[in-house]
Amino acid sequence: MSLLRELYQEVILDHNKNPRNFRIMEDATKHVEGYNPLCGDHYTIYVKMEGDVISDVSFQGAGCAISKSSASVMTSLLKGKSRKEAEQMFNDFHNLVKGELNAEENLETLGKLAAFAGVSEFPARVKCASLAWHTLHAALHDDAQRVTTE
Amino acid sequence: MEIASATYIEEKLKAPVPVESCRFHFPLLRRQVNGKPLVYFDNAATSQKPQVVIDAIMRYYHEENSNIHRGVHYLSTKATEAYEEARLKVQRFINARSIEEVIYVRGTTEAINLVATTYGRKNVSEGDEVLISAMEHHSNIVPWQMLCEERKATMHIIPMNDAGELLLDEYEQLLGERTKIVCLAHISNALGTINPIKRMIAAAHAKGIPVLIDGAQAMPHMRVDMQDLDCDFYAFSSHKMFGPTGVGVLYGKKELLNAMPPYQGGGDMIKSVTFEKTTYNDLPYKFEAGTPNIEGAIGLGAAIDYMKGMDLTAVAAYEHELLTYAAAKLLEIPGLRIIGTAKEKASVISFVLEGIHPHDIGTILDYEGIAIRTGHHCAQPVMQRFGVPATARASFAFYNTKEEVDVLVKAIYKVKEVLG
Repeated sequence: MSLLRELYQEVILDHNKNPRNFRIMEDATKHVEGYNPLCGDHYTIYVKMEGDVISDVSFQGAGCAISKSSASVMTSLLKGKSRKEAEQMFNDFHNLVKGELNAEENLETLGKLAAFAGVSEFPARVKCASLAWHTLHAALHDDAQRVTTE
Repeated sequence: MEIASATYIEEKLKAPVPVESCRFHFPLLRRQVNGKPLVYFDNAATSQKPQVVIDAIMRYYHEENSNIHRGVHYLSTKATEAYEEARLKVQRFINARSIEEVIYVRGTTEAINLVATTYGRKNVSEGDEVLISAMEHHSNIVPWQMLCEERKATMHIIPMNDAGELLLDEYEQLLGERTKIVCLAHISNALGTINPIKRMIAAAHAKGIPVLIDGAQAMPHMRVDMQDLDCDFYAFSSHKMFGPTGVGVLYGKKELLNAMPPYQGGGDMIKSVTFEKTTYNDLPYKFEAGTPNIEGAIGLGAAIDYMKGMDLTAVAAYEHELLTYAAAKLLEIPGLRIIGTAKEKASVISFVLEGIHPHDIGTILDYEGIAIRTGHHCAQPVMQRFGVPATARASFAFYNTKEEVDVLVKAIYKVKEVLG
């Protein structure tokens, strides 16, 4: 049960039930669809930029608890961040869920993201956790309209 | 005269499938997963393999490994015999008229692709129609879609009701003058529905239309008889019927197969080759280019021997009992909905839990040692039809037990506790 509790932490359960910034943004600078064809998780990430700063970010879509809470936590952390800061968070998150970054040693930098440390014990779920982040990455890089994690 | 023996006979009649000894034949069922005894409920994806199948493959490599249909040496003769003997076992098992009607392929997917690219390309032209059902697996959709795109033909869909049963009146309406082939699942992998294919085949034949049946899900659960069904093509995979992966069978009526161009060119499928002209081999070799999956065919033969040792009517009855038991237990769980409630159903239960995504169910069940499938089951149109992004699917074989169903039910309550 303990490993499961580590995966489904309170933060994750809370954001899954009450996702933050869960709305369509009509005046978004950019929106990108993220899709995991194997499991059907499907989200759209909306970003509004003011110069180099993310002034607003939101999401819509459906998927499992891990993917939805990840998108929710991500949007709640990104407002007011620069592209560079967002990129750094993306890298940290990626390393965390792959088990390459120790959560306890980096609690300060990770903040709420640390809740996803348990994902690294469940390799089948890494893609769920990182879907929203990959989609955001595409939005910030202005490349794809649609990304998949396959 | 002894009461004990009468009771014993009665017990035998009551429990015609010796589940415990069957389980003993499958070594993988004895292992643990995440520290818990494995509960394997992902049989619709692939079945486990009995020791006799594993042994047959090992014996082939220990004693007979060699290329077939070529050498004059001892080993090549032995390997060819074993490979062809397995074909004979398949022919008898499915009651095909001759071994010429039994073509080895990689699996159901390749069998359907073979028919789409040979029979399909030859017989489907611009404006023609291909008729498939609303509950097909992607492998019985995409090859036809590709064909239709190439030939500027159209694909029509037999609709189904909310229980997951095909609408037969609408089906008969859809059988038109331009319909060149009907492609149907015998049993739906996502819903478990057993389609009334014999009746549907007869309806198509009344209008001179051939029928391909995707039998991947039917083979492990029932005895199929090609001559009784009278289908034109029947495709199935070894690995879902207790044999190894990488091999399957396309059954086809001889006259149709003879009229079809070859699928792939290469060795074994020819009689003679010059740079000017090649004469193709006879059936079934015409469709078997290159060195085939010899160990796979031998393993499939061993799986058929294993299945022939069982009373398949009793297996079907036992699996139905498991299905009924599981459905009743699952429906007691608040918020659980079963997708696919056809009257005629194989032992497959797709379900959703209100507010909880199937992947989260799958992860928590896995933690309890229970293997189920979660996702769209390669049947996205079925998911769209029922308005769900994915389902959790438990699928049973004769080696599963009611006790295992109880473990599943208990674990689903745990899912609700963790995520509720």
